[in-house]
This record gives sequence, structure tokens and C-alpha cells, in this order.
Amino acid sequence: MSTSGLSSGGAGSSELRNKLPNLSFRGATSDEESRTAAWALWRAQIRAILRLELRKTLFARRGVWIYLLAFAPFVLFAGHSFYDLKTGQVADIGEDTHVFAAVFQFFFLRLSIFFGCVGIFMNLFRGEVLEKSLHYYFLAPVRRSVLVAGKFLSGFIAAGLIFGTSTVLQFLALYWQFDSTVRQEYFYHGHGLNHLAVYLGVALLACLGYGSVFLAAGVLFRNPLIPTLVVLIWEAISGFLPTLLQNFSVIFYLKSLCPVSVPPDISLDRGNPLALIAVNPTPASVITAVLGLMMLSIAVLIFSSLKVRHMEIDYGTE
Amino acid sequence: MSAPEPGTRPQGRIIFEDVSKFYGEVLGVNRVHLSIPPGITSLVGPNGSGKTTLMNLMTGLVRPTNGYISVLGMAPDEPEQLFRAVGYCTQFDSFPRGLTGYQFVYSYLRLFGYPHARARELAAAAIERVGLTDAAERKIAAYSKGMRQRIKLAQAICHNPSVLVLDEPLNGLDPLIRAETIALFRTLAADGLHVIISSHVLHEVDVISDQVVLLSNGYVVAEGKIQGVRDEIQEHPMQILIRCDKPGALASQVFKDDCVVEVRIHTDRQGVLVKTRDADRFYLLLNHIAQDGINIESVAPADDDVLSVYEYLIGTEESTK
Repeated sequence: MSTSGLSSGGAGSSELRNKLPNLSFRGATSDEESRTAAWALWRAQIRAILRLELRKTLFARRGVWIYLLAFAPFVLFAGHSFYDLKTGQVADIGEDTHVFAAVFQFFFLRLSIFFGCVGIFMNLFRGEVLEKSLHYYFLAPVRRSVLVAGKFLSGFIAAGLIFGTSTVLQFLALYWQFDSTVRQEYFYHGHGLNHLAVYLGVALLACLGYGSVFLAAGVLFRNPLIPTLVVLIWEAISGFLPTLLQNFSVIFYLKSLCPVSVPPDISLDRGNPLALIAVNPTPASVITAVLGLMMLSIAVLIFSSLKVRHMEIDYGTE
Repeated sequence: MSAPEPGTRPQGRIIFEDVSKFYGEVLGVNRVHLSIPPGITSLVGPNGSGKTTLMNLMTGLVRPTNGYISVLGMAPDEPEQLFRAVGYCTQFDSFPRGLTGYQFVYSYLRLFGYPHARARELAAAAIERVGLTDAAERKIAAYSKGMRQRIKLAQAICHNPSVLVLDEPLNGLDPLIRAETIALFRTLAADGLHVIISSHVLHEVDVISDQVVLLSNGYVVAEGKIQGVRDEIQEHPMQILIRCDKPGALASQVFKDDCVVEVRIHTDRQGVLVKTRDADRFYLLLNHIAQDGINIESVAPADDDVLSVYEYLIGTEESTK
């Protein structure tokens, strides 16, 4: 610890104030310059938020469970490939493609990414309130909407990195057991790379959709369990809801985008009496699904910004 | 520090106009009218009197239920402008996880949009000002209470604000650092800053403040320069301690005047403690007495400090909480 005293001399306030950069865009001479200066400032502020948030999200010890959840399918597929190679079993690439589709839709999207986004995005505001550190941002000259954008972007990048990497690794692990000629044929001349790209896109869109929903939930609710359960149940029953209501679920759009449908013989619906009342609407087109998810996310983020704009720091009631 | 007339809000002041804040049904502050000039202003009151609420209101961390607040002409709900001019050292003793002292201040400056080199320079200067340079690269989690207090102070002053809001800033500081911190506040106030300090340690406030705002149960009970506030308390006679060589003779002479309500020989028998309802008249009387052969060494008010004023206004019980 420093034993040196406080310096009441040194560079005086007025002297230092003169060195401040002209970050304010109020003094700009034209609207165009104002806008340019404002965007430059917001970009710089979002970069600063990203630096702080990514470190917290990606390297926090409390986030280890998110990695476990994200990489569990990779471990499963790697184990499966390793077992087949060891035992000399001949795998069927078509069958494995369907297995991948089933694991991706029923485990990865509905559990890994869903709960991973709960862990990442719900903590962006709620976690800071519980740790009593949100005032750090609220005491900076940052527009609250910029703060929401920066925090969401950091959550999206972190979730995208984790679940995107997992998607690629799962894909590679599953097809690793095949002979190199079969692999090359499937990846470069078949649907392999195309499917990988689509699954990656779906994983990222899932992070976008669930991320925005859980960021808003973290702003609105004190207890994260309630919104998590509500969204989980809504997503689970969406298949039994009228077609119109299915449009308001994230999983509807994600399923529509998946390149491979899960065949009935490995679908969870098989033998399930509820399958009789399941409604199978026409899948949304790619444009509708992508735009639908983006619009949902933007709407939820605008709503979150408005709530954060009026948010007060009152840790005492937590 | 009087309430401004509507439409005549001075731009260089911090203004509260009829401000109330309720947390549900719990009163935070009620019907506050203030106009705070530059210099050191202390918010004084026991825990729960509304000091932190007033500070949170002027920095936009909470919104008023009623009323209008302006900080140098800016509304507190516009953080993008407000916090370029305001630094707030809160009472919250929590920090973003995993940061060193330097990273804490540096990252805060990056949120302003400062480029790396400038943020680095300002962070280093602020940390040096609070005497934490040697500990800057250590994690805040390993800091002592006093060091955490000082790094928060560095965060509040790092962007050279015009208004510095400090919630119990001397808590946890050892006497040496405390004295140096007070000197820093004085320098900042001399530079023309508004320095708003909250404290429940009344003798500390006495040393620091240019003006005080006395709070009790969410109400402003008095405000202004401490001597001015004391002068307005009519029901408690002013206490004056006179050091002299003949306390017995002095006591018998001053007691003849009806402006004096009580005279006591000081316990060390080196002076007289006088209670008077008219201090100006008493000082004139004392001039006459001094010419009658009593050697008067010193004359000093004995109860125009914040503690006495607070006790008179609020009561002994609360002031010692």
C-alpha cells in the first residue's frame, strides 16, 4: 500500500479540464457532424462496456456450468465417434445426420442455449443489482439505451462464442469417425458445410432471441426463476398452441430454420399421446424466421431500454 | 442557500425545488428546497435522515416523486451530460468483479469515450491524488476499507468534475489520510467546485464545511453557514467562553447586565462561561469591562459548532446516533 499522502497540489482541476477532449457532440456545427460525433462516442462507449462485460461473462467461475451445458453434446458426439472407431462399428452418415438434428433441436436449442442464455443475459442487469455494482455504469455519462445495447452485445458475443464453438465442435466430432473420403464428400460435395453453416446461424439466432428475452426478464423481475419457468413452459407447449400463438415463440422460428427435420422415429413425439393434439403449422420461411426473430429481439431491447432509462438504484430493497 | 424564486434558477448552483422522494410509503425526503453554491456543503444528519437520498436524487440514481432538481442547469435524468460535470463517490462498497484499482478508474474513464492514452493518464493522475499509486495494480478485492474508499474517491475525481458528491467519504480512513483527504476537498473547493459531503460525524463537518444542510427524518431543518444558523436559534442562549486572569470579578460584573442569563466559572478557574440572549450587546459590555483592569486573553463562542446547533434543533438523542 502506498504510504504517500494525498496530493492536493499537482495538476489543478482547471488545468486538467482544459486537456479534456471535445467528446460532447452538442457543440458540433452541423447536424451531420453532430450525428457522426454521437455515433463515434457511442461506439467508443460500447467498446468500453464490451471490455468489461466480456471479461466477466467469459471468465467468471460462476459461469462454468454454462460451458458444461454448451459442450455436453460435443462430449457425447466425441464419445460416440470414439466408441464406433474403437469397436469398428460402421456408422450411417444419414442416420447420424438425423441424430445430430434431434440432439440439436431437443437438447442444444431447448436446454443448452435456453439455460445458457438465462445465465448470461439475466445477469447483465439482475446480477449487477444483486452484486450492488450497477451504479458503476449509472454514474458514467452513458446513455442508458447505449448501456443496454452494449450489455446485450457483450452477452450476444459471449453466448455466440460459446454456443457457436460448441456447434462447430459437435459437428466435427460426430463426423470425425467417418473415413476421410466420406467426410470430404459429405462436407464439400454434399450438404455438410451448408448444414454446419445453417446450424451455426440457428445457434446464433437462438442466442439473439433468447438473449433479448432474458435480458428484459432480468430488468423486469427480481426473481429470475419466475420468468425462466414461464418462458420454458411457453416454449415447451408452443407446439400444442394454435398456429397464430406459435408465431410468438422463439423455438418456432428456430425449428423452421433447421436444415434437417427430426424424423418421427427418433422424435420425442413418438408414442406421446400429446402428439395427437400437436399442431404442425407450416414452417416459417427463412426470411420470415430470421426477420421475425430479429424484430422480436429489437422490440424487446427497445422495451428494455425504456425500462432501464427509468431504473433506480435501490439495492436496499434487494 | 435560500430557495430560488421560480424562473430565476441560477445556472451555477445545485437546485432542489419542492423535492420529495417516497420509497413506496416510506419517506426519503420531503419538500426540500435548496440552492447550493460552490464550496464545501455538508449534509448532516443521523442515519436515515435523508442524506444519501438527497445525493442519489441529485445524481439521478433515484427519481424524485415530486419536485424539480437541477445540477448546474442540467437535469439528473440525463446522465450523458450530467456525469461529465459530476463525480459521485457513493457509499456502496461493491465493485465490478475482478478489477484492480487502476482498471476500476481506467475502465470508468473509457466509458466516457476517452481514448486509451488519455484514460490512462487521467486514471494515473487521480490515483496519485488519493495516494494509491503503489497499490493501483492490486485487485480491489484485496484492498482495505480505507483503500476502497480512496479508490472510489479517485473514480469520482478522475474526470475533473465541477460537482463532487461524496457520501461519507471519510469513513474508514486513518487520521493521516483523513487530514489529507480534507485538504484535498479544500483545494477542490478553492478551485471553484461544488463539493457536497454527507456525514454523521458532526465535529468532522465543522472543520470542513463552508455551509451545512441539517436533515432530520427526511426534512431539511436548517441550512446555511453554521454561524448564521446558530444566530437564528433564539430559544437557546449563545454560549461564550472568556479566558481572563480574574474570572470571579468578570463573572460578578457581567451578571449585572440583563442580557446575560447565566454565568459559570470555568472548571480550570481560568475563564468564565457566559450564556447570553444578545451576543452583540454582550460583546459591547465586554469592551467596557476590559477597560476596568481585567485582562481578557480570549473570547470565543462555545456552541456555534454543528454539534451544538444540531442538538438544539434536533435533540441530543438523535445527534449522537
